[in-house]
Amino acid sequence: MSGARKGPAVIIVGGGVTGLSTAWWLARAGADVTVIERGIVGWEASGRNGGGCTHYQSPLFLEEQRLWPQMDALLGYPTEYRRERIGIALTTGQLERSRRTVRIAAGFGFTATELDPPALRKLVPLVGENAVGGVHFHFGGHANPQRTVQAYAWAIQDLGGRILQHTDALAIRCNANRATSVETTRGTFACDELVIAAGPQTGMLAAEVGAHVPLAAARAEMIVTEPLPLMPIGGADGNGIYGRQTLRGNLAYGGGPHEWLEDHRIPPARPSTPLLRSLSRRLVELFPKAAHVRVIRSWAGIIENTPDGRPVLDRLTDPANVTIATMSSVGFGLSPASGHAIRDLALEGHCTFTDIDKLSLTRFAGLPPDWRETQGWLPLAAA
Amino acid sequence: MIQDPKSIAGKYASPAEHAELLVIGAGPAGIAAAIEGAIAGAKVVLVDENPVAGALVGLDVPLLFGGRMAGASGSKERFTESVADSIPELEEAYDRGVDVRLGTYAWGAFVNGPAVASLPCNVAGIADEASSSMIGFGKLVVAAGARDLCMFFPGSHLPGVVGANALAAMLCKYRAFNGHRILILGSGALARTTVELAREQGLSIVGLVEVRPQPQEEIADVPLFANHVLLRAEGDEAGVRAAVLAPVGGGDEVRIECDTICLALGLVPNIELLDVLGAQLAFHPERGGFVPDAAPPTTSLADVFAAGDAAGLGSIEDPAFAAATGRAASRAALGLSHPPVAYPENPACHDYQRDWMRALVAAGGLEVMACQCEEVTRADLLGVQPPRYLGERPPAMAARDLGTLLSDGPVNQDQIKRLTRAGMGACQGRRCREQVSLLLALGSNASVDAIPLPSWRAPVRPLPLSVLAAGDETRSMRKHWDGWFGISKQWTPYADIGTEREDWVANFGLDDTEET
Repeated sequence: MSGARKGPAVIIVGGGVTGLSTAWWLARAGADVTVIERGIVGWEASGRNGGGCTHYQSPLFLEEQRLWPQMDALLGYPTEYRRERIGIALTTGQLERSRRTVRIAAGFGFTATELDPPALRKLVPLVGENAVGGVHFHFGGHANPQRTVQAYAWAIQDLGGRILQHTDALAIRCNANRATSVETTRGTFACDELVIAAGPQTGMLAAEVGAHVPLAAARAEMIVTEPLPLMPIGGADGNGIYGRQTLRGNLAYGGGPHEWLEDHRIPPARPSTPLLRSLSRRLVELFPKAAHVRVIRSWAGIIENTPDGRPVLDRLTDPANVTIATMSSVGFGLSPASGHAIRDLALEGHCTFTDIDKLSLTRFAGLPPDWRETQGWLPLAAA
Repeated sequence: MIQDPKSIAGKYASPAEHAELLVIGAGPAGIAAAIEGAIAGAKVVLVDENPVAGALVGLDVPLLFGGRMAGASGSKERFTESVADSIPELEEAYDRGVDVRLGTYAWGAFVNGPAVASLPCNVAGIADEASSSMIGFGKLVVAAGARDLCMFFPGSHLPGVVGANALAAMLCKYRAFNGHRILILGSGALARTTVELAREQGLSIVGLVEVRPQPQEEIADVPLFANHVLLRAEGDEAGVRAAVLAPVGGGDEVRIECDTICLALGLVPNIELLDVLGAQLAFHPERGGFVPDAAPPTTSLADVFAAGDAAGLGSIEDPAFAAATGRAASRAALGLSHPPVAYPENPACHDYQRDWMRALVAAGGLEVMACQCEEVTRADLLGVQPPRYLGERPPAMAARDLGTLLSDGPVNQDQIKRLTRAGMGACQGRRCREQVSLLLALGSNASVDAIPLPSWRAPVRPLPLSVLAAGDETRSMRKHWDGWFGISKQWTPYADIGTEREDWVANFGLDDTEET
């Protein structure tokens, strides 16, 4: 791509899945992109999550569904995307909630069918006699987060974009209503447009340009088992845990209580706790036929939430060339579409393919400063 | 004060039992630590995983047993007596009132620290074959020993390819070694002690193989194949039948009949639990690799101490040294004075390991496995290629390798693990992580100490879901469990935001407040 005329210089602070997808979309549009990442691309929650690609609540849902089946071809690298999902119900309450999601999906024109226990066990053979039924979503799917984040990064490079790993963004310089450069541990980089998509650090960086993005960071955990023979549909979850059977055959599942953290000075360590025992119990309940299967890893990730748990995708007015992006703890699956939307915000000033106005920052204008306390989202004092 | 009911706050109960001093590992260091603690008046619990279940022996966890443990699939009880008998010092521990638990896995240990404040106290996860539980502790001494350094070659998957520590365990601890004719790779102190041990047991040592021109130690009355490397192991399902050697750099092959090939190339400190705890670890070559980055017996964690090989490889010549480190760790943990602990300065073992790895790569080529569990070859590892089960590799992948990844930043084994799956298998990387480091060091022309430690994660032993499953959860954990954060507005369909339907359709997540 060298020698090609470059478009606007866009700096994306944050090499998580949202920042990477954004950079990829911008590079495809001809922008001269630079991703600033403090560690390794997708190293944090973006590369360590359930891998689900089925988010009917989002305004980006249709774009998510349109794009995922094409992502391997578009990126040029494997994502391990597989279609379809199964929701498993162990109680009638769980089944009733699944039915409600069927009705929502139908509203978008997607098919989901209810499964009786024998039909469920045929598609998800690890399910036991305790399941009361399930729902087969003939849409959505799952992918491998680790492989996907690297695929984005490589695709950006193939389009001539730069990714600066092990590089901390230190300060953002503004002049006359515009962000002009980002000062980093590897020098200062000038920009025409700036995107801040730095996960839990997004609030701190946004404060550099005077924007208040209310976020609370928290730690959540997952477990992984040794591989098992592949089930017909690996994107199967329920019983309060989310996850998938990987294409290698491992069961990778998470869920359960999170631990709220201080919203600044987030440590690089990602410690896990004995929660793996509760996750193991939930997984045995979900898949009784996997009771003998060995757990080989667990891990924790740190993710951020806005006060209402919904994303912020917003281009600021002052400075006018800065776009703020946080997916509020639900970012991986939506990433093909969120990158598209953020690209639109940065280059067009608005999202071209769907309405995302309700995700603007203005909704938090009247938020009291002690909102975390009011919502009970405060970190614990160490025992 | 309002508290998010879906958060971890208050979800963990205090563990049902508590040890003032918990010692993990009943080798010389751990036993000495436990006895010293008991003499000082502490309530001491000593856990050791031996005898481990046959299923783990089959996975080469924790040591490279290599299918040479007789009766491994039999009952665990069978070995318990043998293991207990092999540790005569245990009797004193019992007499001093130490709560000794053999056959008990310590699969995790956790303390509050950065990003965790939810634990009711310091806790360790323990388990037997049936169930797991948590045990609280005041202070912890990790005396988990060392494991075998593995390197692969054609045929290294065959039964009969064992590690030196595993061989010692099978001979002394389990008394269940089913081989007879042993070829040893390496000629250092570890090889020499292995020869001595095998001779005591009346086994035949058919030779020592050394890639360097000279033996590392004088070892009498054993045929030495210096300046030779192992080309391949030959055999069948029953195991190794012969080893084929050749001079380093090529030359006439030598075929040696044997049923066991013992890797005596080095040991690796067992730091798994220390990593899970969040202790700072660093590469200290004189102590054998990644060990606590603190003066032994301390670690960076106030309540956690390390002793024996887990704190750094001591001297094989001097087993009393391990006991001394154990006593010091225990005394330090209990706030008592102790003599200084000075680990011997081991020679540059990693240069030696690097020489071996280089010779094995030159002899065996790049199609040899780097990771057996995940079937990742050396070529796939160095090419940073996706696993073969994904099928045909896209054309763009051909332009990617370790070199292109290095242009993005320093080599990181965890990143390469995610891309190639090397080290992500059921043995938790015990068979491959050091040789993957060595291969990456060779492939990137870096020193092995420049390769960051790939992380260890709980459970540090592969244990079944049914064993780990918490049977002792609090009611709060059960009742307020949620699939994600339990923020009902998070799942409101976009079209309903700001409408009268907003509250009605909320709560669509994986939320489950029912008790199931």
